Amino acid sequence: MEINKKAYEAYVKQVTPVHKKWPGIIKAFLVGGIICTLGQYITTLFMNTGLEKEAASAWTTLVLIAATVILTGLNIYPKITKFGGAGALVPITGFANSVVAPAVEFKAEGQVFGIGCKIFTIAGPVILYGILSSWILGVIAYVLKAFQML
Amino acid sequence: MEYLKAFLVGGVICALVQILMDNTKLMPGRIMVLLVVTGSILGAIGIYQPFADWAGAGATVPLLGFGNTLWKGVSKSMGEDGFLGIFKGGFTASAVGISGALIFGYLGSILFKPKMKS
Repeated sequence: MEINKKAYEAYVKQVTPVHKKWPGIIKAFLVGGIICTLGQYITTLFMNTGLEKEAASAWTTLVLIAATVILTGLNIYPKITKFGGAGALVPITGFANSVVAPAVEFKAEGQVFGIGCKIFTIAGPVILYGILSSWILGVIAYVLKAFQML
Repeated sequence: MEYLKAFLVGGVICALVQILMDNTKLMPGRIMVLLVVTGSILGAIGIYQPFADWAGAGATVPLLGFGNTLWKGVSKSMGEDGFLGIFKGGFTASAVGISGALIFGYLGSILFKPKMKS
């Protein structure tokens, strides 16, 4: 079995088309860079209205999410993702896309089991592990602090 | 200057993740979880906030920044409410992002029709 497995892996490797990696990396750099520059532009706009940095970033997050929802609905964001790869995935816009895209796709299955469940397809794991990891880090920090007090 | 920093830093983070994806075949969902968890760890060891202060949106727009925001919330609430704060801060700090994504996502799903994948 082990030999067959290895032979199979070698065969798969041989028949899998090899993509040049550099164009993809450069596209990811450009798309990610542009989205972040846009984020900076929006943040600066809000800060110019007199908002603090934290509030300006929160507003920027909202604007980017709303823009992504519209671009996803108009079928434009999937094209950006196809072109930019990780460049469209890593920013908060990629998260927003992953929330709205399955919700739209499965709306035919109803309010609860369609939109309600599928909206969390990616958001669920991200929220769960984000909250869990920051909680664990919080507990560690809490314990370290307690020991310093002794 | 701050635009150039945002462009370069955001671009480099995305390029690095692209390299990771090319070499591991990790799916987008796993990548996002990995980024948020990594961001909260980098926040907790005190690296991400100084980096974000320097790089601006180049560091806050990527999901790493979302992880850092979670940690910042936990850390802040812990200072105010002690142990209970560890359960409170994450959601408080990420409330705008999560509520925004869910509410706009819901409205989007009502407004838009599913498209055929091209």
